[in-house]
Amino acid sequence: MSHHIIDFKDVHFAYPDGTKALDGISFRITHGESVGIVGANGAGKSTLISHMNGYLLPAKGTITIGDLYLNQSTLSHARKTVGVVFQNPDDQLFMPTVFDDVAFGPLNLGMTEERVVERVNEALDTVGCLHLKDKPPHHLSMGQKRAVTIAGVIAMQPDILVMDEPAASLDPKSRRQLINLLKEFRHTKIIASHDLDLIMDVCGRCLVISDGKVAADGATGELLTNEHLLEENNLELPLSLQNR
Amino acid sequence: MHMADALLSPAVGATFWAGSLGVITFCAKKLKEKIDDKIVPLMGVLGAFIFAAQMINFTIPGTGSSGHLGGGMILAVILGPYAAFIVMASVLFIQVLFFADGGLLALGCNIWNLGIYPCFIAYPLIYKPLVHAGSNPKRIAIVAMISGVAALQLGAFSVVIETLLSGRSELPFGTFIYMMLPIHLAIGAMEGFITAGVINFVRSARPEILESVSVSKGLAPIISLKNVLAGFLILTVVTGGALSWFASSNPDGLEWAIEKVSGKPELTGQENITHAHKQIQEKTAFLPDYSFKRDDEGSAKEESREVWPNISAGTSVSGIAGAIMVAGLILLFGLGIKFLKIKRD
Amino acid sequence: MLNFDKEYFNIGYLDILSYKNTFVHRLDPRVKLVTTIVFVFMVVSFPKYELSRLLPFFIFPVFMSAAGEIPVGFILKKLLYVSPFVLFVAIFNPLLETAAIYNLYGIEISGGWVSCISIMIRFVLTISSALLLIATTSFPGVCRALERLYVPKVFVVQIFFLYRYLFVLAGETMRIVRAINMRTFGKKNYGIKIFISTIGLLFMKTVERSERIYHSMCSRGFNGEIRLLKRDKTGFADILFAVAAITVFIIFRRYDITKILGELAI
Repeated sequence: MSHHIIDFKDVHFAYPDGTKALDGISFRITHGESVGIVGANGAGKSTLISHMNGYLLPAKGTITIGDLYLNQSTLSHARKTVGVVFQNPDDQLFMPTVFDDVAFGPLNLGMTEERVVERVNEALDTVGCLHLKDKPPHHLSMGQKRAVTIAGVIAMQPDILVMDEPAASLDPKSRRQLINLLKEFRHTKIIASHDLDLIMDVCGRCLVISDGKVAADGATGELLTNEHLLEENNLELPLSLQNR
Repeated sequence: MHMADALLSPAVGATFWAGSLGVITFCAKKLKEKIDDKIVPLMGVLGAFIFAAQMINFTIPGTGSSGHLGGGMILAVILGPYAAFIVMASVLFIQVLFFADGGLLALGCNIWNLGIYPCFIAYPLIYKPLVHAGSNPKRIAIVAMISGVAALQLGAFSVVIETLLSGRSELPFGTFIYMMLPIHLAIGAMEGFITAGVINFVRSARPEILESVSVSKGLAPIISLKNVLAGFLILTVVTGGALSWFASSNPDGLEWAIEKVSGKPELTGQENITHAHKQIQEKTAFLPDYSFKRDDEGSAKEESREVWPNISAGTSVSGIAGAIMVAGLILLFGLGIKFLKIKRD
Repeated sequence: MLNFDKEYFNIGYLDILSYKNTFVHRLDPRVKLVTTIVFVFMVVSFPKYELSRLLPFFIFPVFMSAAGEIPVGFILKKLLYVSPFVLFVAIFNPLLETAAIYNLYGIEISGGWVSCISIMIRFVLTISSALLLIATTSFPGVCRALERLYVPKVFVVQIFFLYRYLFVLAGETMRIVRAINMRTFGKKNYGIKIFISTIGLLFMKTVERSERIYHSMCSRGFNGEIRLLKRDKTGFADILFAVAAITVFIIFRRYDITKILGELAI
């Protein structure tokens, strides 16, 4: 099955103010893989993620999602295939109740109302938030907000799940719950994070990004134990591996 | 200067509701025609922005008192009239519910007073022709202050008109105007000053933000003075017609309607259509409320109204006894519900 | 700024009340909205000097707050807070109209006082009913009711967003205000310059946020139209409530219950 593939070939991108964010990035992620993306602040992680469902289009190079090149005319396909969970839950939970928010995506896919309700209930159940259905997002805890944003994306049943800092500002218990949740997903997963322990736990493969380039690409267990490589890229060993 | 339900008659409240709802529908249509998707979340959060900004007070220079942002002017400058009007209406709607500013019936008036004038008068007729992309901050400040004053003066003027048309307050036109306009002169100038201040601040700090916003504004509002005047003429005629119809059915169109609905037998009499107005007057003059009407002919309606509460001491006492009983009964009713609830738990 | 925090938590409290689960809260929002509007119309439709016939109408706010378990003190405090403008206008009536219309054992009561009190009673009735509407109906519920009452969708979507980001931005503003307070050593109000730059900063953050929201809307298939599910169903209890309430209002509007009771008693 070639459906769940995401392929970047020599992708370049610069912001209007001249900042070069991506400088010839290439990688290929295939069906069922779970890939962590790590890198210092400003390395280009968020820009990279903005390219994965076509919010930004590359200035040079090509991106293939499934069987299709990503361009203006295949945007809606890309957005159906790749579900992105962004950093700040408040920017993603824009509807006034949890239910309405999770229903937003499925309704845009043009499903019947019964199907939408089904999907929403399913997705909320998966993340363990069905009881929060009628709550407004501002009554939720940070962990619940994260879970609901994930539900909002999985309700669209994307083939590939992309997440930007999923564990940011979570308390330890919510973080653990999130990790367990992520482990259960059978989707192709791409997770960008500074939380290297989370990447260790969830991802089999890891990309180290630096200055808009891929600095290293390999098994998580190898890369994240390589102290030299990590320090070179302004990172450090996962906490669980630091002996103090 | 939120208009309040308690000062309104149903006719005035309903008329302004119809007016405001009409303009909302018109704006919604305009926005739908040529909308940039981006404006949907932008309008939403800018509404919340106005709301949050209104919660911060500042000291008005030279006085000790504090003021806050109104918002209509800044929205009009940033979003253009159509989107700004919708956002302003939404802010006022939430204020009614969460802050109890004005009331549900007065909301129509408030949307009109605080939305129409900045968005459809001050911005297109004053601000837009005088301020261009290259205008210097001082010019922006002066023009914004003039626009702010114009918008607020018209708004305050409308509050006076609405109050007088409703006839619940005894304040004479002159006195009321004399009290409202000077206060709102200062408020309007501040509104314009803050609007200009924020625009200038953002323009110097992050010019690209204003640009990106004005791109999503999309439609260049082309409103000519002629169109505005024509619109207002039509509105005035319609409003005037509606109001005079209601007014002629004094005491109130609603009361009259309720009489009809509740099946009060219609007066037999001359069914002369050409004298419809007179007929309604006569009909109302026979209502039980006004049975104390004087025998003089002529403007029976008005005089009956003045004389109506001429109640002897006897009825006053029964009125007071009744009031106490009603209060007691309602209190019991409320406590009863509470008691039942506690028992059930 | 204490004032700011207070206002912020005030809305928050009202918002939390609206998610309670009582009979009144469970009623279809449309029914509550329509009933409340009819109520307000009835109340303001009385002529200027009406007192006695207004009194029975208190039954509606009393019912809503008792059955909806809304603390009366909170509603009263809010009423007090917004009363100045109405009081300001109404207080001129006794000064301007001094002709006596009641004579109670030799004490003359002027028409001005009667109409002033009438205005204040209307004020309490109309504003408390609006407050109780939102205290017993979740805001999204009110919005959905509006949509189904044919209010343009652009407006409904607008208030959806406004409600959602109200709390987010208020929180953000509170943080900015606190940060400034900590460095201005508790001066109560700001000078205009600080005020403008605070608002400017908030504005820039807001626009940036709208870009991020747009981004995440797009990634979930947004293409210009926001679709809403119809979720509220009007049941038998809802219709019964509306019919009963409106019938009672019409009876109260039509007959002077206060006077009838008074005459019975004497």
